[in-house]
Amino acid sequence: MARLFAMLLCCLFALPGVAKDAAPATQDPVLEARMLRITSELRCLVCQNQTIADSHADLAVDLRNQVREMLRDGRSEEQVLSYMTDRYGDFVLYRPPVKPATLLLWFGPATLLVGGLCALVLVLRRRSRLADDQFEPDEFAAEQREGAT
Amino acid sequence: MKSLRFIAPLAIFAILVVFLFRGLNLDPREVPSPLINKPAPAFTLTRLDDATRTIRREDMLGKVWMLNVWASWCVACRQEHPVLVEFARTKSVALIGLNYKDTRPDASGWLKQFGNPYDASIFDSEGKVGIDFGVYGVPETFVIDKQGVIRMKQIGPVTPEVLATRIQPLIKELNG
Repeated sequence: MARLFAMLLCCLFALPGVAKDAAPATQDPVLEARMLRITSELRCLVCQNQTIADSHADLAVDLRNQVREMLRDGRSEEQVLSYMTDRYGDFVLYRPPVKPATLLLWFGPATLLVGGLCALVLVLRRRSRLADDQFEPDEFAAEQREGAT
Repeated sequence: MKSLRFIAPLAIFAILVVFLFRGLNLDPREVPSPLINKPAPAFTLTRLDDATRTIRREDMLGKVWMLNVWASWCVACRQEHPVLVEFARTKSVALIGLNYKDTRPDASGWLKQFGNPYDASIFDSEGKVGIDFGVYGVPETFVIDKQGVIRMKQIGPVTPEVLATRIQPLIKELNG
């Protein structure tokens, strides 16, 4: 029994000797980095909250290969992006272009923020011009005054 | 003037509710295709049943036709298939299948099992033509006119309602 155990133990420690380094994912790390930078700007249509760089969906794998191929052929980043939008529309871009249909999307939040700040400033300025008797008495201050007398 | 203080927040709230309600009714899976009213992408693919014969985009010019993207591994295609088989009996339009990322034996077996509504199927094992057509979920169906322009795209299974209310009127219009 002890011999069997010793043998198994030997096998266990011999295993790392069989292991080898992971094969490089690609021949060209520079190309791979460019591909990943571009595809992380693109939405995967199958799982819509992931980028094409992140997703394991079949289509995302195919599109990464496609982008890799296009870059290898010397195509520019703009050409890759227009290849994608020609097929899937602006929806694939995480940063859609500014045009009439996307104005609300781009400037809506800032407009709301500025509008809110303006309203706040107007209200505060109007209040600061009001006389003291326009406000309800401050309860805490009133109590203190009562305590003093 | 005094009442405005109460009406304004209520109005803003009402606008927000309208936006939220609209958002709830939108299907984020249905991404409008930029290919509508654009010429169908060029393709040359071999037939599923005969690897020596090809079908090209140009071969289909001059007639109204439908391209249905399907695969033997696609579950929703099984749901759609009887509808297509029934529709093919009307012989109102040429129906071409785009067999997407499949193998010939699997695809042929599938057609044998469930029936073959297609005038022909073309075989796109790598999914390259699928990408050119902007396919992102099988099944998808395109209606293409005599000039080779894509006029409609259905994402997801074709149902009898879609056929009756959208596809058949469009085909009648394009043939007329």
